[in-house]
Amino acid sequence: MDGGNKGNQSDFRRVWGLKMGSPMRIRAQENKGIVDVKILIRHDMESGLRKGDDGVLVPAWYIHTLKAEVQGKVVFHAQLGPAVSRDPFINFRYPGAKGDTLLVSWVDTKNDTRRDEVIVS
Amino acid sequence: MDQQRRDVLRFASVLGLMAASGLISTVQAEEWSRAGFNEKSLDAVFRVLGAEQMESVTALTLTAPEIAENGAVVPVVVSSSLAVEQIAIMVEKNPNPLAAQFFFTPRAEPFVATRIKMAETSRVFALVKTEGKWMVATKEIKVTLGGCGG
Repeated sequence: MDGGNKGNQSDFRRVWGLKMGSPMRIRAQENKGIVDVKILIRHDMESGLRKGDDGVLVPAWYIHTLKAEVQGKVVFHAQLGPAVSRDPFINFRYPGAKGDTLLVSWVDTKNDTRRDEVIVS
Repeated sequence: MDQQRRDVLRFASVLGLMAASGLISTVQAEEWSRAGFNEKSLDAVFRVLGAEQMESVTALTLTAPEIAENGAVVPVVVSSSLAVEQIAIMVEKNPNPLAAQFFFTPRAEPFVATRIKMAETSRVFALVKTEGKWMVATKEIKVTLGGCGG
């Protein structure tokens, strides 16, 4: 994938059976009634087709669902496959207002989840 | 461990509630089935999505580089001037063509940007569903260094 990632953080996580969930970076900015949301997630998105340094296939492990909600209403919903790049970036827009709380959550194939909130600015 | 199980339970119950209250359609509620993502050919994905008939229109734009130096990170942007229900991104020559799909509420902005992996040079398809009809835009992207195992 991006070569020479020997002993990186993710291998460490995999070996010790840790979760992927570190905080998402979310930016939500309102302009003329439209909120532009940029999400950056830290996740390896292992496709299950890549060989590790030991020549053995690295098992698949990727985020399959991502959702954004405002006051309990889903404003955006995504299904991802393993062909979404490592550390996924997603940018979308919805009609909304400043000051709202945007809740973003994801679930991966090991049923890890993470939720993060941001106030629309 | 326990916390994790509770999270899963909570998520499941939230999903159930949303399905019951009609906030999301049944198709979306059945996301565990992940229909389409395991298909190995474009045609099979089209069949799963019910997109056998597609129109090529100018109201839909797929923006991506002509040449991607690194197949592991190919930025794609899909936008439309029509209101959309669903956007799907596919890479013809990936082991599983369907890369991602996005569902929109009726008033949502028809726009999404993300980054995908490409195993080799291939056509990329952006499919958009509007009022039950599918539209398509395609673009050939040359990949210099493959996304190594998609």
